[in-house]
Amino acid sequence: MKERLIGFLLFLSALVSLASLAVITFFIFEAGLPLIFKVGLGTFLESSAWSPSGKNPQFGIASMILGSVWVTLGAIVVGVPLGLAVAIFSAELAPPRLAAIIRPVIQLLAGIPSVIYGFIGLTILAPLVRTTLGGPGLSVLTAALILGIMILPSIVSISEDALRAVPRAYREGALAVGATPWQTIWRVLVPAARSGIVASIILGMGRALGETMAVIMMLGNALQVPRSPLDSATTLTSNIGLELAYASGAHREALFATGVVLFVLIMVLNMLANVLTGRVVLWRTRLPVSRSIFARLRGRQPAGDRSGS
Amino acid sequence: MSDIKIQIDHFSYTYGDEPPVLRNITLNVRRNSILTIFGPARGGKTTLLRSLNRLTDIDEPGKRQGRILLDGQDIYAPSVDVPSLRRRIGMVFALPVALPMSIFDNIAYGPRLQGVRSPSRLSDLVQFALEAAALWDEVRDRLDSSALALSGGQQQRLSIARVLALEPEVILLDEPTAALDPISTAKIEEALITLKSEYTIVIAPHNVQQAGRVADDAAFFLMGECVEAGPASQLFTVPRDRRTEDYITGRFG
Ligand SMILES: Nc1ncnc2c1ncn2[C@@H]1O[C@H](COP(=O)(O)OP(=O)(O)OP(=O)(O)O)[C@@H](O)[C@H]1O
Ligand SMILES: [Mg+2]
Repeated sequence: MKERLIGFLLFLSALVSLASLAVITFFIFEAGLPLIFKVGLGTFLESSAWSPSGKNPQFGIASMILGSVWVTLGAIVVGVPLGLAVAIFSAELAPPRLAAIIRPVIQLLAGIPSVIYGFIGLTILAPLVRTTLGGPGLSVLTAALILGIMILPSIVSISEDALRAVPRAYREGALAVGATPWQTIWRVLVPAARSGIVASIILGMGRALGETMAVIMMLGNALQVPRSPLDSATTLTSNIGLELAYASGAHREALFATGVVLFVLIMVLNMLANVLTGRVVLWRTRLPVSRSIFARLRGRQPAGDRSGS
Repeated sequence: MSDIKIQIDHFSYTYGDEPPVLRNITLNVRRNSILTIFGPARGGKTTLLRSLNRLTDIDEPGKRQGRILLDGQDIYAPSVDVPSLRRRIGMVFALPVALPMSIFDNIAYGPRLQGVRSPSRLSDLVQFALEAAALWDEVRDRLDSSALALSGGQQQRLSIARVLALEPEVILLDEPTAALDPISTAKIEEALITLKSEYTIVIAPHNVQQAGRVADDAAFFLMGECVEAGPASQLFTVPRDRRTEDYITGRFG
C-alpha cells in the first residue's frame, strides 16, 4: 500500500516536470513565433539591425547570435583544456586522498551564484584586461575567461566519471605491454571515454550559452558585432535579460522570439549530449568504419587490404 | 648463458596490513620452458605473476621482501625502467583485453609505443604475432575492423598476439583460458607449446589438467607458500608432498 503510494507520488512528480517542459515550450513558441513569421526567419537571424521601438522598428538578432557564439566558444577554449586536465589528473594521476578533495572543491564552483562570478569579472578581471590588453575591459575575453571557470564543474564531473568508467582491464592491458602511464591515458583511456568527454563539453557549451546574469555584468552589452575578443558585445540571453523589463508590443514579442532561438539551440545541444552519453554500443560498431575512413584520408591503405597479398 | 631465466629468491609480498600473500618463495624459471604455477584459489598465483612484471606497482602499495632476478638482474632495482621491463616480460590476463580499436591497432599498439613507425615493419609484426597466436587465418581479412567484435576465444588469442608483437623474452599468462570453450583452449595450449622454443613462459592454468598438458615444470602454491616445485613429469606422478598429492588426486577424482 505504502509502496504504491510512493510510486504514485514519483509518477506524479515526473508528470509535473514533463508538463512544465511542455508548458514552457508552448508558451515561448506561442509568444515568439508570430513575430518571426512577420519579420521573416531569414531577416530575423541574419540582420544585425536591432531597433525594437520607434517608428520603423527593426528586428535582427545577428549581432546577439554572434555575441553568444563568441562568448560560448571562448568559454570552451578556456574551460575544456582546464577541465580535461583536472578530470584526467583527478581520475588517473592524483592519489585517492587528493582526488577526494578535488572533486567536492570543483563541485563547489557550481554552487557559487552567477552574480558573484559577474562581480569578480566586473571588478577584478575587466580592469585588468583594460589596462594590460586595451579595449573597454568589459569584453568577450573577460566573459569567456570567467565563463570558462563557470563551466568547469560540468566538464570535470562528467569527463571524470567517463574516465573512471573505463574498464580496469584496458588500463592494465596497456600498462602490461609497456605503456607509460601517460601513454595509457592518452592513447587508451581518453579515446575509450571519448563519448562522455564530448558530452561534457556539449553540456558546458549549453551552460555558457544560457548564462545570463554574469554575462550582462561582464560583456559591456554593446549592440554590435564583436570584431575582436577585446570588444564589448551582447548575447541572446543578456539582451532578453536587459530589455524584457520595459519592452512592450512587438518589442516584447521579438524578445520571446529571441528566446525561441535560444531554446532551440539549447535543446539541440542537450539532445546531442544525450545521444553521445547513451551511445556506447553505437560507437563500438561505428569505430572501425570511421577508422578506415581516416586511414583512406591519410592516404594509407586500411590494414585489411594491405595484408591481402 | 645460464639456463635460468628468472630467479625468484626468498620473495614475499604483503598487501596493506593483511597477512603476507606470498611467503618466502624461492623458485627458478628455466629458459625456453613452460612453468605452471597451480593450486587452489587465493594461493597467490596472480600476485606472483603480477610481481614478475611489476604490475603490482599499480595496486595499493604493498610490502615486498626478497628479490626477483631476470637474467641475473634485480627487476626491483631503482635503475630499472618499468615500461621497458614490462616489454621484456609481457602479461596476458584471465579476461581477454581487446582494446577499443581495430584488430591491427591492438597488435601494433605495443610496437608503436616503442616508436616503431614503418608501416611495413608494423604489418610484419602484426602478421607474425597473429600467426604465432594461431589467430591469423581467422582475422586476416578484417584486420581493420573493431577488435571488440571478436569472440572471447579470439580476443584472448589477440591478447597473446599483442604481447608477442613486443617480442618479449618472457610471457606470463594468468588463467588465459578461464573464460574459453574447450576448442579455443586447445588452440591456445597448442600455440603455447610452439612458442616455448622462442620464449620463456609462466602460466597459472585454471585447472590441474591444463597444468599437466602444457607444463615442463610445475610449482604447487598453497596459501602463499610454494609447497613443492619440480619437473612436471615427476610432480604430477610422484609428488613428494602429501598436500600436493591430495590436491592433484582430489581434482582427478
Ligand atoms: N589488490 C589486492 N589488494 C589486497 N589484497 C589482494 C589484492 N589482490 C589479491 N589480494 C589477496 O591476495 C591473496 C592471493 O590472491 P591471488 O589473486 O594472488 O591468488 P590466486 O592464487 O591468483 O587466486 P585465484 O586462483 O582465485 O586467481 C588473496 O587472499 C587476495 O584476497
Ligand atoms: Mg588468480
